[in-house]
Amino acid sequence: MKPKIAFFEFTSCEGCQLTVVDSLQDHPELLDVVEIVQFREAMSEKGEDYAIAFIEGSCTRPSDEARIREIRERATYVVTLGACAHLGGINAIRNRQELESVREYVYGEKKDWFDTYPARPIGAVVKVDAEIPGCPIDKKEFVTAVTHLLQGRMPYIPDYPLCIECKLKENVCMFLRGKTCLGPITRAGCDAICPTYGDGCEGCRGLVPHGNVASLKNALRERGMTEDQIDAKMTMFLTYQQMEKEGAAQ
Amino acid sequence: MTTVKVDVHHLTRVEGHGNIVVDVQNGELKQCELQIVETPRFFEAMLRGRPYDESSHITSRICGICAVGHATASLRATERALAITPSPQTVMLRKLNFHGEILDSHILHAYMLIAPDFLGVGSVIPLAKSAPDVVLRALRMKKVAGDLCKAICGRHTHPIAMTVGGFTAFPKLAELREIRERLIAMRPDYEATVELFSTLKFPAFERDTEYIALHKDDEYCFIDGVIASTDGGTWDISEYRQVTNEQIVPHSSAKHTKNQRQSYMVGALARFNVNYNQLHPKAKDAAAALGLQPITVNPYMNTAAQVVEIVHCIEDAIGIIDQLLVRGIKPEPPAPPTRMSGTGAGAADVPRGTLFHEYTIEDGKVVGANCIIPTGQNLANIEADMRGLVPTILDRSQQDITLALEMLVRAYDPCISCSTHLLDVKFE
Repeated sequence: MKPKIAFFEFTSCEGCQLTVVDSLQDHPELLDVVEIVQFREAMSEKGEDYAIAFIEGSCTRPSDEARIREIRERATYVVTLGACAHLGGINAIRNRQELESVREYVYGEKKDWFDTYPARPIGAVVKVDAEIPGCPIDKKEFVTAVTHLLQGRMPYIPDYPLCIECKLKENVCMFLRGKTCLGPITRAGCDAICPTYGDGCEGCRGLVPHGNVASLKNALRERGMTEDQIDAKMTMFLTYQQMEKEGAAQ
Repeated sequence: MTTVKVDVHHLTRVEGHGNIVVDVQNGELKQCELQIVETPRFFEAMLRGRPYDESSHITSRICGICAVGHATASLRATERALAITPSPQTVMLRKLNFHGEILDSHILHAYMLIAPDFLGVGSVIPLAKSAPDVVLRALRMKKVAGDLCKAICGRHTHPIAMTVGGFTAFPKLAELREIRERLIAMRPDYEATVELFSTLKFPAFERDTEYIALHKDDEYCFIDGVIASTDGGTWDISEYRQVTNEQIVPHSSAKHTKNQRQSYMVGALARFNVNYNQLHPKAKDAAAALGLQPITVNPYMNTAAQVVEIVHCIEDAIGIIDQLLVRGIKPEPPAPPTRMSGTGAGAADVPRGTLFHEYTIEDGKVVGANCIIPTGQNLANIEADMRGLVPTILDRSQQDITLALEMLVRAYDPCISCSTHLLDVKFE
């Protein structure tokens, strides 16, 4: 019997699931070895019996929690897809702002109509077995992760910084090009795609274990960035991780 | 007398979370709503206080399907706010990139989200067995679209090389030549696509409404231009609020809009109706084959209009690449800001319709932001269609009514996660 897999999304752009569709387009043979029982964005069938649950998106409201726990109970493996599920991602930017002001800014006096609280990664709600990082996920990494799971192995994500991949790619260092980059403190695995296309790393794959954040901030200061600019750079994808370090995450 | 209750919880094969709720008691329509239950996303609030050059990278994350569209509208808003004039090369590369996104999104929608309804299956997956040539064609076409975006901006979701004032990386001429060959090889595929969709029997439902799209006299407009309506009138992009008139309704985390009537439609069919004269001749041929002419008022035909745009974008992309191959591509630094404070609105007609971003920037930091998304603009019109449609199909089975409503909503290609972060504009 083919292992059953299901896809779920919470607060997100659904871009990671689109990347899954693109991966299947490059690797249609995957459809021969798994049975997709739920994938709301692409199919009408809804099966509730699955071994592997892929979750995209952050938990941003109380009603998300019950659904996430239910998925955890049903699935043998819970695997997060992308930065929103892995780190809180872009959604967590607003965690630094006062919640009521955020709600009022967008919905005015009708703010109470719409339920919300600070954005959290899925791992803050239930135990997660594996993470596929990135905004969006990397196609190759997704296919490799599925292959590993089918072989009964846990997916592996690199624990070294992006700079290693960027050097292998023979890119000229962003700092030497007069730009800034979070590569030295960010987990590798994306093949340094942003520097390859001329843009500094924004940290979407999360902090590498034991990265020297203080030293990187000094390097940014030396390049003339203000504290505000450094703070912005460090919080596009890393707000939740930064707040966790400060003991301020909820 | 007829009593019908339709309650579709979390409609499938659409982007984001929506419910269809229809309640007919004794032949009288009591409730007819497309409920938007997607979580609020709060993008405009997130931008506040951040450097202006982050906006396009943050707002592309509003939507995985129209990431290039959001980035484009965002960059245009920032560029207008800071009085930046992009180079002719930037303008051409953005148009080409945009065609890649329109193609990617329309192929996905027409083949993978819409076709299953007509072929009686729940998704594209069973079609891989029953109609492999159709699925392979869709995948082949979609891959060219994705590779086009990849050559220009690194990836379609989420674009990397697009930046304020220009690009941070440039495609090689050899890459463009290769993409050009593949676009030319797509011609038989688009002809087969037109043929396939001309054989599908779109439900015959007509309801006249106002159609709104961006417009230019000399091209089929996707970026910039003016806002134009089939009811007459044009507006400068900076006047977009006069057109959208947003209002909050309780059953939707996305706001509703209206212009000259109670609702209006944006998207491929609206663009077709507003801009038919600017279509590529081959796209006009495709429209004739699909039985489309301006003004078509059957919302189900939005998918047919998408097929027409597939033809247009392939042909126009070939034309843009030809021009780029003649003039060459020069790596150039982005055009710089000429001031660090200002307000600007940008617009792009993304796959699902007209998208507006507006930012106020002070000393290089965003202090106010507003995004108005196509699906938000279509919601009131979808509900008006539902109210028009339901009474005409009450003789059908509950299952058939549900399917007709699902197909109606899907025809609009709603992008619900996009539409749930609209705001009252508050510019400090």
